[in-house]
Amino acid sequence: MKAAVITFPGSNCDRDLAVAFEKAGADVVRVWHKDADLPRGIDIVGIPGGFSFGDYLRCGAIAAQSPVMRSVADFVHAGGHAIGICNGFQVLTETGLLPGALMRNAGLKFVCKPVDLRVATADSVFTSGWAAGDLVRVPIAHHDGNYTIDAEGLARLRDEDRIAFTYVDNPNGATADIAGVLSGNRRVLGMMPHPERVVEAAQGGTGGAVLFRSLMSAMALA
Amino acid sequence: MKARVHVMLKDGVLDPQGEAVKHALGTLGFSGVEGVRQGKVIELDLAATDRAAAEAEVKAMCEKLLANTVIEKYTVELTGETA
Repeated sequence: MKAAVITFPGSNCDRDLAVAFEKAGADVVRVWHKDADLPRGIDIVGIPGGFSFGDYLRCGAIAAQSPVMRSVADFVHAGGHAIGICNGFQVLTETGLLPGALMRNAGLKFVCKPVDLRVATADSVFTSGWAAGDLVRVPIAHHDGNYTIDAEGLARLRDEDRIAFTYVDNPNGATADIAGVLSGNRRVLGMMPHPERVVEAAQGGTGGAVLFRSLMSAMALA
Repeated sequence: MKARVHVMLKDGVLDPQGEAVKHALGTLGFSGVEGVRQGKVIELDLAATDRAAAEAEVKAMCEKLLANTVIEKYTVELTGETA
């Protein structure tokens, strides 16, 4: 598996994401947001957490207009895989590659703590290492993680089994406790929690490694 | 010409910041505040002199960047000299 990890000004989880891919056995290419083209031969694009462009205007709104995001959209529309974590999830909703939007937390506070997630579907390359209903503890660290989608959009997500993770104890007011969603073709995942922060015991947990290992085995078969 | 863009959350979307402001106003003794919605104002200085063209362009800016139309609505107000 070859992964491209994008860095925007203000990204701060890009190195962690690269390490998480590498620990699962992937080759990683780091890509600056002004690079108009993605490297050839990649299997997946990782859009990391952080505070791209200082969260100016709206979280992810400026990053969504970066040159590299046009290439990411082309890559995704051609059937490529992508994962956006935290700010990366916000960037993916701002580009329209995932539905809904991430609003200010209902409690108005930045929330930084480990939370329990329920795996809502095992039917994706990201979640195939779990069974639906499994619990995994993953840290969150965000001010704007309140996932919002209209009733029609929510019904579509449910009908198409595209809710990837839900919170056991909703920390931010997210609609239907949603922590992560999949694209229509199930190849793009956006999630607020940080699986790349729990890939080795020294980080306090290894639950996130399941996601990267799932990806690795899916890409090896492809 | 100047443009002033008002961006507000859509009517059905809960505004946690507006709710907090409403609560704080009540705490200060301002009774009778039945609702608060918080938005933002963006002012643009435009080189354009044609009003209709400027309005169309600012609306395009709103659709592409200034507002997230999944959750936000916007209005555009043009002021200043026009041709």
